[in-house]
Parts: sequence; structure tokens; C-alpha cells
Amino acid sequence: MEELVFYLCAAVAIVAALTVIVQRSAVYSALALIACFCSVAILFFQLGAEFIAAIQVIVYAGAIMVLFLFVVMLIDPESDAFASNRLKKLTITAVPLAAILGLLLLWAVPAVGPNGSDSSHAATGGIEPLARSLFSDYLLPFEVTSILILVAVLGAMVLAKRTD
Amino acid sequence: MKPLVSTAPLRPLKLPQKHEVTDTQVDIMEYAPYAIDIGKVLFLFSAVMGIAAILTWMERKQSAVMQDRIGANRADIFGFRILGLFHIIADSVKMFTKEDFVPAQGNHFLHTLAPMLSMFFALLTFAVVPFGGIYQFGDLNVSLQIFDLNVGLLFLFAMMSMGIYGFVLGGWASANNFALLGGIRASGQMISYEITMGATVIGTIMVYGTLSLQEMNLAQGELLWGWIPLWGVLLQPVGCILFIVASLAETKRVPFDVPEGESEIIGYFVEYSGMRFGMFFLTDFIETVLAAALTTTLFFGGWQIPYLYSEGFLFPWGWSLELSPIIVMLLQVGAFMSKISFFCFTFLLIRWTLPRFRWDQLMRLGWTIMLPISILNIVVTGLVILILDR
Repeated sequence: MEELVFYLCAAVAIVAALTVIVQRSAVYSALALIACFCSVAILFFQLGAEFIAAIQVIVYAGAIMVLFLFVVMLIDPESDAFASNRLKKLTITAVPLAAILGLLLLWAVPAVGPNGSDSSHAATGGIEPLARSLFSDYLLPFEVTSILILVAVLGAMVLAKRTD
Repeated sequence: MKPLVSTAPLRPLKLPQKHEVTDTQVDIMEYAPYAIDIGKVLFLFSAVMGIAAILTWMERKQSAVMQDRIGANRADIFGFRILGLFHIIADSVKMFTKEDFVPAQGNHFLHTLAPMLSMFFALLTFAVVPFGGIYQFGDLNVSLQIFDLNVGLLFLFAMMSMGIYGFVLGGWASANNFALLGGIRASGQMISYEITMGATVIGTIMVYGTLSLQEMNLAQGELLWGWIPLWGVLLQPVGCILFIVASLAETKRVPFDVPEGESEIIGYFVEYSGMRFGMFFLTDFIETVLAAALTTTLFFGGWQIPYLYSEGFLFPWGWSLELSPIIVMLLQVGAFMSKISFFCFTFLLIRWTLPRFRWDQLMRLGWTIMLPISILNIVVTGLVILILDR
């Protein structure tokens, strides 16, 4: 049963991820990305990282993708205004970046091993060990990240309120 | 445990080989957990759908009483009208037989998918809501909650944020600007109030020290000074009010019906008809039941009855009454259902009492009033916990 769910979710995740790239309609791309996030969340859940799974759905599949979908629906990217040559330039940068990412993954995945490097944290459900290490060992990075997000929020406010 | 026998064909393929089938009692006990799971799902599903269906009638009848009218009373079977309750059947027959319209310019696939998504996620949320305690029947340990997730509260928010897609997609796929506007308003409102709701619930999490809803309910059975039940509303009074307001906003009904706005844009379902509209319509009521269930679970003791423990009543003034686990279970499930019904009634009362907010008023209430108070609530809760721990 568990293996069945794993292979099902893995297949859905891969197909959805491919759909995001291949699909010409931007709305379907966004929906496929949501499906991909959700199936990855189920994989997280199977690994015992329930907190990460829930956050994956709330933050990525829920909050961020709603904004993506908003933009796609409101600006209608299929119209002529967006059919420019920018795509070619993007392809030139995207291919080397994808190659670098692929190499990094090839190097990183065997280092972790098939069973993960340390599953003792994940096995306990996630939230307590996560909170403990976040507020003790990684306190400084955590606070810096919070301030970074605050700055980003303020920046967005300033840009949105600019009247000229 | 009635469904034991009926669900026997659903047993998994891996049969336990070491038990030779000499005693059927043993055989049944092996699969009892599966049967209980199926029974719990069926019970909660039919209870939620049942309450939601009755709410469609309540909505009409209660508003009629409040406005000094008679209300729905015409549908009858052989002359019997029983207060117009047959209108539920009449309505659903009407919904199912109406033309199922899809706008020609719209997106057929997403137009079909949207109501399913919104209803699916609204129903899935109930998986983590405990509707009863944990009971011991012989060797069987029955926890009346479909799925005891240790991050249950986060699962709840995850499902709520996924539910938004139904409304957004429905609005977009209709190829109608009013519908699109309704969809965007719906998601804007739901995201805004989900943030307030999340910030409010943090106070509750701090008080109980858990994210599991069943553990929260168990903690609410304890007593303060030996006689006051420690319900969430006592520990988090401000959080309780904020949560109720935010969850009313999540249901998208008056006074928070900006996405629908019957008098202006009609909303994301303007191009829907037949049962697909019915699903959007029913989703609103399911969300009302959900709001009631969550308010009950988090702040009003869930299935807890004061002074009722797993062995029976034990009053602080010394009286006691022993009860069998079955009776305790029935009493507590009944208590949960009555509390839900009470809050559904209250929410309908609010819906027919208050006028609606304008769009900017709604956003101002959410972001500049409720969110700061809920963050303040976190700070105050933290301080109180710190002082009490010293």
C-alpha cells in the first residue's frame, strides 16, 4: 500500500512537472504545478515529515500559487503582447543553468544515500525537533530571514503605494 | 459496531496465514479496525451532509421567522408538509434536473472541475476534526476521529487554502468578467482572513502545546480549581471571538458576502446552473458546518461534556454516576453534534441580522483591526504563560 502511494505520487509529480513546461496554456501550467506540489507534499508525509508536508501545501500550493494564478488570469499571457522573442533569450540562459542544477543533483543525491542521511528528526513528526533547532542552533539565520522577509514586505508596500 | 459484517468483503488481500479460520470471532477482530475506519468516515460524511442539507431549509425557515413571514411550506408528499422539510428534496430534484449550462467561451474542463474542487476540500477538512473521544471496547481502542494527525491544525489550514482554487477557477473558467471579479474577491477575502485565523490559532496552540485536535479536546476536559471546565473560550477569550469572525468570513456569507454580492456582481457562480451551482451552494453550508465544528473543537470543548469521564459522571460536589462506554460515547458524540447545531443556528442568526460589508471595509477589518489584535493576542498569551510558569 505504501509503495503504491509512493509510486503513484512520484508519477503524478513527474508528469505534472513535465506538464508545467510542455503545456502552452499558462493556467494549465500553474494548475499542474499545484498538482506537483501536492504530490510532493504526500511524499514528505510518507517520510514522516508531516510539518513540512503541511507547510508545503499551505505556503507553496496554497498561498504562492494563488498569486501566480491571479497574475496569469488577469494579464492573459496568451495574447499577442507577450508573444515576443524574450523566450529565446531565456532559453539560452536556462539550458546552462539547468545543466548546472542537474550536475549538482547528480553529486548531491548519492551523498545522501537511498535512506536519507539522518531520518531521526523526521521520524518524530517534525514540529518539535524543528522548532527546537530553529530557535537554538539556527537562531541567527532564522531571525535574519525574518527581517529579510519584513524588508521585502515593506519594499512591496512602498512600490505599490508609489503615486507618480 | 454494526458495520463489522457488512464491510467484510472490503478486507485487504494479505490474509493472516497463521490463524487458521477456526474461530470466526478472531477473524472479525482482525479486520475490526478497517470496519471502524469505514464506519467513522460514513458517519461523519453523512452527518456533515445531513446538517448542510438541513441548513438549506433552516436558512429559509429561520429568516422567515425572523422577518415575520411563514417561509417555505409548499412542498408536500400526500399532503404532509412537516414544516416544509420536503423542500430539501424538492430543491435537490430541481437542481439535478435543471440544464447543466457551460458558457460557450468558457473553459469546459475547468468549469466542471471548479465546484468539485471546492466541495472536495471543504469535506476533506473534516478528516482531522474529532467528533468523539477515545473509547475502550474490550481489546479495541476506538478514537472517534478519522485521522489523528499530529499536525492536524496545519492540515486544516492546508485544505482551506486549497479550497480557494475552486472559487478562483470557477470564476475564471466562466469567461464572464463578473464571475472573474467574484473569484478574485473570494480568494482575496479568504487569504486575508486565513492569515488572521492562523495568527489567532497560534494562541490556542501555545496554551495546549499541541497541534493535534484530539489532544486539544482531551486537554479541554480538565478542570480549573476542581470545578471550572478548562474550555478554550476561557483560556483564549479574545482568540475565540476573532476565530469566529474569521471563520464566518471564510464561509463567504453575509456579512462577508462580498464575493457573491447578490445585489451587485452575483459572484463566481454567475455562469453556473443545475447541480454544479448546487455544489457551490452546498459548499457554503458545508463551510458553515465546518466553522461551527472548528469553533466547537478549539474553544468549546469539542465532544467534552463537563464532569463526564470515560467511566461516567463525576461531579465536583461528590455525586457520581457510572455509565458504560457505549453510553458515554453516544453522549459525547451527541454533545458534539448539539454544539455544532447550536453554532450553525447562531451563524444563521448573524447572517440574517447584520448588513453586509463593503469591499474596502472588509479588507480594513481584516488587515488593520483583526490581524493586529490577533498578533497582540499571541504576545499576551506568551507573557501569561511565562508568568504562570515562574
